[in-house]
Amino acid sequence: MNSLQQIYTILHKDILLELRSKDIITTMLIFSLTVVVIFNFVFEPGSEEMATSAPGILWVAFAFASNLGLSRSFAREQENSNMQGLLLCPVDRSAVFTAKVAGNVLFIFLVELITLPVMVLFFDLHIGPVWLPLLGTLILGTLGFATVGTVFSAISANTRSREVMLPIMLFPVTVPIILAAIKSTSYLLAGRDMSQVWSWLRLLIAFDVIYFVVCFLLYEYVVEE
Amino acid sequence: MIRAQKIGKSFGPLRALSDVNFEISQGELIALLGANGAGKTTLIRILAALTRPSTGTAEVAGYELNREQQQVRKRIGVVSHQTLLYGEMSAQENLYFYGRMFRVPDLQSRIDELLGLMELKKRRHDLVRTFSRGMQQRLSLARAVLHQPNVLLLDEPFTGLDIHAEELLTRFIEKAVADQVTVLMTVHDLDYARDHAQRLLVLHKGRLAIDAAAAQTTRAQIVELIRE
Repeated sequence: MNSLQQIYTILHKDILLELRSKDIITTMLIFSLTVVVIFNFVFEPGSEEMATSAPGILWVAFAFASNLGLSRSFAREQENSNMQGLLLCPVDRSAVFTAKVAGNVLFIFLVELITLPVMVLFFDLHIGPVWLPLLGTLILGTLGFATVGTVFSAISANTRSREVMLPIMLFPVTVPIILAAIKSTSYLLAGRDMSQVWSWLRLLIAFDVIYFVVCFLLYEYVVEE
Repeated sequence: MIRAQKIGKSFGPLRALSDVNFEISQGELIALLGANGAGKTTLIRILAALTRPSTGTAEVAGYELNREQQQVRKRIGVVSHQTLLYGEMSAQENLYFYGRMFRVPDLQSRIDELLGLMELKKRRHDLVRTFSRGMQQRLSLARAVLHQPNVLLLDEPFTGLDIHAEELLTRFIEKAVADQVTVLMTVHDLDYARDHAQRLLVLHKGRLAIDAAAAQTTRAQIVELIRE
């Protein structure tokens, strides 16, 4: 209960800082919308290629945009050694980790919620009947990506070229998440049977759980040394 | 209040601290001296439970550092040359955040008291990034003592302060010691250390070279060690 209150306090602080600066969401949003707009001009309007490529384009936009946001999110904690201030508080490192993941998920998901309708409009996608499972896919994909990203952004922040190091570490590890998310999205948009979608969603859930447990245990060592 | 036993710390092949032993009683003000790279900040970070020692252990405020880190953190206040404050939050918001993290009872009145003590009441709603270095350091001190710690660990707290902030900090440290708070402080100003501290600890290449009362240590002795 006490940890929950501290998780809320850290999350509230991160939201307040983002509301003031708006730098994480703005950066991610500009990037993801730019990707969607550029790819819109690549394909013939209404073509089959456009529909089949849409899930991949969507998740590439989200993944690269998230990378920018995650990098900025931890850099913010480094400006006045704020991370040190957090670690001096009598709170379990796992609570700090959970709060940071929650903040990152929230910011990334918000960007996805704005980008998706633009994508639907530009690529002429029909998500009416599948909007709920699609939302679930977005949440699960974002959770896995943000979990790994929260730990890797802490590791890369202590390296000389953190902007380069983060994607180098993050993308290979999150390939299963990105693949499962793309497959689920593409099956949903193609109107395939839910049992086929469900097999990819199960994989996504499994990786989310594995990554969360591993990162949860690793975070203490990452931020302390 | 602080008992360090054979503390050692290595970063790969580099040995930052070796076999550091000392004891500090309640209400003592101790100055930790040494050349750059002697291991002062590493020692403070270990005592603040920010990093684990490679060997040895320490007892801080009655709690064993390696096993009871959360208990230790509840009882220490840390000030370093970095303020640990969020520039995009106001003075009051920063204190409120840390107060909630430390579960400080009657938080609003404690914040009012500290902002008054640090002469920052008028600027309480201003963003910290608009503060001068001296004001930020005063607020950082308020952050460190918000939860009324038994032990204060100060890592070069005077860096970049103006005369007014320096005086305020000195007065504050004196009051803390009078209130039986244990203070361990790293400083580069040898004269300040000799004038104010009861004992001096001098680190030399990661080892504790001097642990003696300020009056029993000559300036030349310390300068020679630091210069080596």
